[in-house]
Amino acid sequence: MPVISAPRNGLDRMSWAWVGVVPFFAFALMFLILPTGFLMVGAFQDAGGHFTLANIWNLFQPSILSAYWISIEVSAVSAFGGAVIGFFLAYAGVLGGLPRWIRPALMTFSGVASNFAGVPLAFAFLATLGRAGLVTALLVKYLDFNLYSTGFNLLSFWGLALTYLYFQIPLMVLILTPALDGLKRDWREASAILGASAWQYWRYVALPVLWPSLLGTSLLLFANAFGAIATAYGLTGSSLNIVTILLYAQIRGDVLHDENLGYALALGMILITGLSNLAYIWLRGRSERWLR
Amino acid sequence: MKRSKLGPWLAIAIGAIYFLVPLIGTFEFSLRMRRGEYSFDAYRIVLADPQFQATFTYSTCLALATIVVGVLLVVPTAYWIQLRLPRLRPVVEFITLLPLVIPAIVLVFGYLRIYNSSSPLPMTSSDRATDVLLTFGYVTLALPYMYRAVDNGLRAIDVRTLTEAAESLGASWPTILFRVIFPNVRTAVLSGAFLTFAIVIGEFTMASLLDRPAFGPYLQLIGANRAYEPSALAIIAFIVTWGCMGLIQVFGSGARLASDTR
Repeated sequence: MPVISAPRNGLDRMSWAWVGVVPFFAFALMFLILPTGFLMVGAFQDAGGHFTLANIWNLFQPSILSAYWISIEVSAVSAFGGAVIGFFLAYAGVLGGLPRWIRPALMTFSGVASNFAGVPLAFAFLATLGRAGLVTALLVKYLDFNLYSTGFNLLSFWGLALTYLYFQIPLMVLILTPALDGLKRDWREASAILGASAWQYWRYVALPVLWPSLLGTSLLLFANAFGAIATAYGLTGSSLNIVTILLYAQIRGDVLHDENLGYALALGMILITGLSNLAYIWLRGRSERWLR
Repeated sequence: MKRSKLGPWLAIAIGAIYFLVPLIGTFEFSLRMRRGEYSFDAYRIVLADPQFQATFTYSTCLALATIVVGVLLVVPTAYWIQLRLPRLRPVVEFITLLPLVIPAIVLVFGYLRIYNSSSPLPMTSSDRATDVLLTFGYVTLALPYMYRAVDNGLRAIDVRTLTEAAESLGASWPTILFRVIFPNVRTAVLSGAFLTFAIVIGEFTMASLLDRPAFGPYLQLIGANRAYEPSALAIIAFIVTWGCMGLIQVFGSGARLASDTR
């Protein structure tokens, strides 16, 4: 809660000013804080409403742990891949010295692709890399190479990670471009005059300035993938055991046979996305010191 | 400094392949419905499907309602924070970022528990009430984007001077808000609105769990039961997303907005 301190506009005007933000706080309370708080409290209660740690303890059963673990792995792989590829794309667009039209085209397309998630994205990948997909068929026809004989399956861990990259990479490009813009020309010129190679410039100047942005954005991508469900559900139905799909099934039909265990499941998700977002905010604060 | 452009070109080329091939694949697949030749049959069937029309209309209406509620909630708040309560800015900004932290599925889980039919505020007891709840849920999901868009718009104008000028001319608060502030942040509001539309139109999780006939659950249903129609729907969804982002570009600097809102 904010601390009431000496108002600038005179006491009587200030004392009523808070009325203007009441609708916003009421909305946030009703549709953001109370629903989440209810689950968080419920995670520490038994069916009778008494305090217990049993739900938290029950999270550590193999099926739930594996759901968390697969979610974490898919999110980490897609975040890492998205961060690396997105970095090179953003670099190419901003500092690559390519024709002028490349950059706006890249940014516009990233804006679209980062919002093209969910069920339609799953359809697109099924039509491309599914068993009857275009690329799968073309590979058989022209290279006599059956993708599915290599053990690849779109409806699996790697398939899901590959699909997630479709919105992870553009998101990285969108967030990282301003940071790359913040790398001042002077730094590069100064290091060149001092005889540094391009490698040395990146190793000792650019990367130390950029790493909070890089790491922070990767964490944001991680949280982004961790909370996603529609893409995975559209792609694999409920066959892939990730935590959002488990929670979805729990809400639909109480598959865990324990209402409060469902709350604990939700609490675990908030903890994971919350921690990675907190780290992101902290790292962003650090990166802003240099990139102004 | 002369440097090789091979690397950057390679990055762009690989990126372009990764992003264009699924679109081409989807489009090609959507044309394959008639055996032995390409046709737009899948599109014809989808567009003529009464379910498609009903769910798409439903989601469009919901998106518009979300935009109206979101704008009415966010613009006065951001304006008031800027003008009178700058001390509250960090608190409000933190709250508007929470929907990025709390996954949508967790939020809707909470709604189902708090607003069930035996609660004091039974918002899931009738279809209309659930529509309202879903709209509020979407406003919550769009809050980070809408707030950042509007806040950026407000920072670009001199809110204090505009307000004082209007006040000294005898304008009332509604007049100031709707005839002075709103027109000045119109482009920002529109950017936020199109982004909201793109998010809401195909949203799956909330609509599905609140059991409303929205476009997202319809897409999922078709995907589970049909072969070629899903590809046609994916292309349609992509065009809608592209349209929204294009309109943001038309009305303002879309790239800057999208990067600032995350």
